[in-house]
Amino acid sequence: MKNIICALIVIAFYSACKPGSGTTNTLPILGNREPVIKTVDGKQVTDTVYSTIPTFKFVNQYADTITNKSLDGKIYVADFFFTTCPSICPVMHRNMLNVYKEFKADDNFRIISHTIDPKYDTVPVLKKYADKMGISGNTWWLLHGTKEETYQIAKNYLVSVQEKNPQGEYIHDGYFILVDKQKRLRGTYDGTDPAQVTKLIADIKTLKTEPDQVAAK
Amino acid sequence: MKLAFITGIGLLFIVALVASCQSDEQVEFNRYYSGGSVLYLAHCQNCHGEKGEGLQALIPPLTDSVFMKQNRPSLACYIKNGLKGKLSIVGREFEGEMPAAADLSPIEIAKVLTYVTNSFGNKQGLIDLQQVQADLKNCR
Ligand code: HEC
Repeated sequence: MKNIICALIVIAFYSACKPGSGTTNTLPILGNREPVIKTVDGKQVTDTVYSTIPTFKFVNQYADTITNKSLDGKIYVADFFFTTCPSICPVMHRNMLNVYKEFKADDNFRIISHTIDPKYDTVPVLKKYADKMGISGNTWWLLHGTKEETYQIAKNYLVSVQEKNPQGEYIHDGYFILVDKQKRLRGTYDGTDPAQVTKLIADIKTLKTEPDQVAAK
Repeated sequence: MKLAFITGIGLLFIVALVASCQSDEQVEFNRYYSGGSVLYLAHCQNCHGEKGEGLQALIPPLTDSVFMKQNRPSLACYIKNGLKGKLSIVGREFEGEMPAAADLSPIEIAKVLTYVTNSFGNKQGLIDLQQVQADLKNCR
């Protein structure tokens, strides 16, 4: 047991100071990881497989179908909300607006906001919300899907959402999840805290310069 | 030592004098206003923003002094029962829904309204408990 912990610590330190290219920083890769042994040129090498966002299919505020393929070659930020949310959502989206403004000219960047109340938040309701938020174009998609699909994908983003509690309120947390072009999780930020959202914006800029991201199409 | 003592007493005296110069009304206002700022943070700021700026076309700002003045007798009802429908605020159209803050007591409504109607460029004086109680009786 102790050995495993030591090994983990060593790995953690090693990966923390893995030489990047020149002076650029790199962000950590989050989520589960599994070592896989592959045979390359007759030699056994250990590779690490990171958990990634699985395939999905939702509909956005323009009634366009959005799948995992729509996000190929894009860095994106995901969150979960609903349009009638009386508590944290207005704060989250006031802050998300800053992310939107910063990157809306970048076609390799997206924001996706999943509604956790698909019954009320139909596509026209999402479109109206987008209009009132002053968001246009394809930078920020508000996604509608079945409750099951939405709640299932939330788990992949490590976000917790639940059914209505006895007071009729939805419980969900206000995290913004940063996902890279390989659909790996690269950061989680409290979307209700302006300071963390400022950090998110800085981290997106860092991520965009990582060799893996520059190369990916 | 003795000198310091006398100076101390003197200072206290001056402070007491200044404090009592503040009229009772001012003290009352300050009590409502500071209580209201705490309530605003807990119950309103998420939607209406730190500076009462609102959120895009979704949530109206609280900076329209004319609206506040004209609708002063209804403000308590808006908070208590919520508000829905078309509004024109600072010359912009809004059509949303504010949920009822049913858990706020009349004294809390009075405090938060005193804060709101005297912040963000508004300056309309005290809205006290008696006022709110009377206004709440006339909610439509
Ligand atoms: C869930 C978000 C939300 C919360 C919380 C909220 N409001 Fe509102 N408020 C709204 C919306 C939306 C409207 C516009 C309603 C409409 O379009 O009819 C509004 C309208 C108003 C208005 C009238 C229009 C204006 O801008 O002057 C006042 C005054 C007001 N709110 C004060 C408050 C106060 C005080 C609190 C805290 C006790 C509060 N609100 C909490 C969303 C909210």
